[in-house]
Amino acid sequence: MIKDILEVLSPTNLTFLLNGLGLTLYLSAIIIVLSTVLGTILAVMRNGKNAPLRWMASIYIEFVRNVPNLLWIFTIFLVFQLKSTQAGLTAFTVFTSAALAEIIRGGLNSIDTGQTEAGLSQGFTQFQILIYIILPQAIRKMLPSIISQFVTVIKDTSLLYSVIALQELFGASQILMGRNFETTAVFTLYVVIALVYFAINFAISSFSRYLAKSWASSME
Amino acid sequence: MDFTQVFNADLWASFFQDWDQFAQGFLFSLLISIGALLTALFLGVIFGAMSTTKSKVLRFLSRVYVEFYQNTPLLVQFVIIYYGLPLISNFVLMPSIYWTAVICVGLYHGAYIAEVIRTGIEAVPVGQTEAALSQGFTYIETMRLIILPQAIRTILPPMANQVVNLIKNTSTVAIIGGVDIMFMTKHWSAVHSNYIPPFLTAAILYFILCFPLATFARRWEAKNKEAY
Repeated sequence: MIKDILEVLSPTNLTFLLNGLGLTLYLSAIIIVLSTVLGTILAVMRNGKNAPLRWMASIYIEFVRNVPNLLWIFTIFLVFQLKSTQAGLTAFTVFTSAALAEIIRGGLNSIDTGQTEAGLSQGFTQFQILIYIILPQAIRKMLPSIISQFVTVIKDTSLLYSVIALQELFGASQILMGRNFETTAVFTLYVVIALVYFAINFAISSFSRYLAKSWASSME
Repeated sequence: MDFTQVFNADLWASFFQDWDQFAQGFLFSLLISIGALLTALFLGVIFGAMSTTKSKVLRFLSRVYVEFYQNTPLLVQFVIIYYGLPLISNFVLMPSIYWTAVICVGLYHGAYIAEVIRTGIEAVPVGQTEAALSQGFTYIETMRLIILPQAIRTILPPMANQVVNLIKNTSTVAIIGGVDIMFMTKHWSAVHSNYIPPFLTAAILYFILCFPLATFARRWEAKNKEAY
């Protein structure tokens, strides 16, 4: 049995999994950056005074986030017929930006309006107030939810192999299972990928808890 | 893709001819959601309560459960239960697609609900528990009469959001071949090269289930903020 385990964990197979992990992290990083930017824009639009913009943002956010991410992946792939990496990035950015927009909006709204009024009375523009006064405080409140959304992105990229055959970590493991289908080999691979996902996501969520704790104590 | 298809009556007619199959897929999604929700609530309440007890062992167990399920992909859990369990049990344990989905989605969201419940209980000041215990209330009585009635208002909004996520995540079953609304949509549309009607309908069906809950969560949360 030990021999079987060592066999499936050969250097070639491990490199293959590592490449998969590389793609998972690469996709997640791009999705996270794009979605955070888009999500912030959408949140500000939905909070703004301009009615048409507010409505557009509301409709987009509510429609997109109340439908499964998987449906967006299929929609982008089958209906809009984008291919491979582009399709994956687009589908995830569409969904994640809506989810993040609501988190960011919640954070922005948690800051007392008195602060905006004070800022305006001191001659700050709306934009300056957002950047210098509201965001630095709001980010502390919304960080845990934002991080857990990032973790969700890393986990959900595993859906991409089955739909558009991107060989990310889960996909790489499935391909290896196609070549090594003995029970021991399959289980070794299951344990390995579950542990790799766990290690990465646990590290990220632990870091966010640590940050939240140190910020909470610095605010009191 | 030709988006004028939205207005093509023939495509809609051909879609509605097979409406029965879609209705069945939707029903399957609903049944998974209900089964998984009951499982998740059960696990969430138990592990949530465990994480607020004084026992270090119980707290540790609950931590392990929550961290494991929150940090690994649902799809990985699906394949482990659906393909892995039969292999390792020499084909004795072979959960059907329905039970695989209920167990996996239930366990996955049970972890999230446990966290929601823990945060809700912890939001009530410890002083109240201490006061109740000093007055001779038992732990169960303290929870039932003093802590939970207050915790429920902080618990409800994130709980509603978890139900929304649970409903959306049942769609993962389509990847292992469970014939839910998602599977019907991608399968039927590929076979008939008719995409817009099924995709639009599936999106609307999910939206009808999720939007009221998500809106309730948002309003209730805003109301809670004003209450204090």
